[in-house]
Amino acid sequence: MQIDLSVQNVTKKFKDFMAVGNVSFEVPDGQFFSILGPSGCGKTTLLRMIAGLAEPTEGSIEIRGQSMLGIPPNKRPVNLIFQHLALFPMMNVRENISFGLKRRGDSKAVISEKVATILERVDLIGFGDKKVDQLSGGQKQRVAIARCLVLEPAVLLLDEPLGALDLKLREQMKVELKKLQAKVGTTFVYITHDQSEALVMSDHVAVMNRGVFEQIDTPQNLYNRPETPFVAQFVGDNNAWSGRIRQCKDTRAEVETTEGPVFRTKVQKNLQPGAEVDLFLRPEAMLIQPDPSLSDLNRFEVIVKDILFDGANSRLLAHPLDADTELLVALPQTHQYDYIQKDDKIEIGWDEQSGICFPRKENQD
Amino acid sequence: MKNQKRWGLFFFLSPVLLWLVLLIVLPQIDLLVMSFRLENDEGRMVWSLSNYLNFFEEPIYWLTFVRTAIYSILVTFLTFVIALPVAFYITKVVAPKFQGFLLVLLLLPFWVSELVRVYGWMILLRESGVINHFLTRAGILGQPVEMLYKDSTMILGLVYTSMLFMVVPMVSVLESLDNSLVEAAYDLGANMWTILFKIIIPHATPGIVSGSIVVFMLTLGNYLTPNLMGGKNSLWFTEQIYNQFIASFNWNQGSAFGFLLLILSSIIVWLGLKLTRQNLKKVVQ
Repeated sequence: MQIDLSVQNVTKKFKDFMAVGNVSFEVPDGQFFSILGPSGCGKTTLLRMIAGLAEPTEGSIEIRGQSMLGIPPNKRPVNLIFQHLALFPMMNVRENISFGLKRRGDSKAVISEKVATILERVDLIGFGDKKVDQLSGGQKQRVAIARCLVLEPAVLLLDEPLGALDLKLREQMKVELKKLQAKVGTTFVYITHDQSEALVMSDHVAVMNRGVFEQIDTPQNLYNRPETPFVAQFVGDNNAWSGRIRQCKDTRAEVETTEGPVFRTKVQKNLQPGAEVDLFLRPEAMLIQPDPSLSDLNRFEVIVKDILFDGANSRLLAHPLDADTELLVALPQTHQYDYIQKDDKIEIGWDEQSGICFPRKENQD
Repeated sequence: MKNQKRWGLFFFLSPVLLWLVLLIVLPQIDLLVMSFRLENDEGRMVWSLSNYLNFFEEPIYWLTFVRTAIYSILVTFLTFVIALPVAFYITKVVAPKFQGFLLVLLLLPFWVSELVRVYGWMILLRESGVINHFLTRAGILGQPVEMLYKDSTMILGLVYTSMLFMVVPMVSVLESLDNSLVEAAYDLGANMWTILFKIIIPHATPGIVSGSIVVFMLTLGNYLTPNLMGGKNSLWFTEQIYNQFIASFNWNQGSAFGFLLLILSSIIVWLGLKLTRQNLKKVVQ
């Protein structure tokens, strides 16, 4: 498998501030790779370095085996889709799309043929003579993508291009973008702070925090087997407890939480009794009123504070009997739990395999 | 209620209207009338076109006229060429906290009168002036050269006087230019010149046109700078008008010239707008 983009030990410093610290990753040909992180984590800086709009302080960037250091953006085989798209308002759709081809010096016949092909591919036949401000948000999006794809870049970089769209359109574009990528087969590097975008579209996701990569993995693994507390909390919702190991054997441990309840959970490595840990649990890992015959569950009682109805994504907001911590519990909309009311006392159970436990590090947020 | 509103409007508009009518419209009408009057041999005033005919029959008049027009266009263009990088630097390159400072620096020369500024240039450029002094001292020149009273010095002075009026509208229009447009063009393979001609200038056109109109009008109607820095060989059309009014005391001829200048500037501005496909409304905004 050919490696389209290889980033090795890239660091970017702005005076004393480390925006990107020693980041390395590789993206094989045709992959949809996402970089997911909160705003200000350095992901845009990283993308701009790949595009050539910023130079790394240290490290190397290679595209299809060629070093990109010192090569200006207009000479790199990558194209960037900007956050606000940056379509040229002084030109119509056709001129926007042919801009790069003209710079490259293609003949008129070739240009018009390529533009026609790409307009068809992004479903914008007949839009060539429209002004940019006559287009809807989704159409602008597709023009921006077409403007880059027409140049057949080795890697297409996307800087949160869906951020400006409204929710409905964003959901739609997510699927469309994924389909488009599969169709054209270009390598995509997509950055976003929206975990759902990253999870839905990507083959691999890198989670970035404070300038460093916390984990690079498939979306499934990120969700099910987070490697750091940050990933556990940032990707998907999680309930968190802090506690202390009571006893630990191989990958099973008993954790005494600061609120009181003692849970059994799996751990990644053997931990000493007394070690401080953070324990995370997905809302959907908690079963409401589990069957008494299931003997292997951690069980505890909570009081329902509120019912957060959100269709298929409905939750219960609850707190344990003798603590104030808020817990999110998934509430399946199968009418099975319709009897639950506010202020009810219910039992919660969870399997020890769904717990995610990390030793607590010092100076954490 | 409606009546009240209308009265309010008139009340607040009246100073402007008075100003316009008394100080601009009425004198202009008087001048227009005067430009068509001529004293005949018997010493009586009669209607005549000869003031305008004089202009076309005497080469010195229309040659000065054409010269003034061409030089004004040249000055406008030069001002634009210098102002574009300046405005770009102020809006896009320099740290935002220095922007205001740089604009004030640009404004500073305008706190002194044009006359003083022109004299400043004269002190620098004249035969016994500062620049000649240093050049001869440094041995670059054998003997002082007269740098004043040439067309080039006059253009220098006019460009200097006009700079601010070009930079300010361009700064405001470049501020609205999204940096990512420039970056996108760069990313799509454009070099510096393509970015300049395809992105920056098209975006800045309204500012460039409005700045150009102001600079052109000011230059065309400038009297002081051409008179002092251009000397006797660099005639400006305003000097012809001045001569008619003050030296020859021929007000009728002078007003005819004045109107010709007005028509000329209107035509050139109109042509400029047509060529750049802008309309006055958009540019004035």
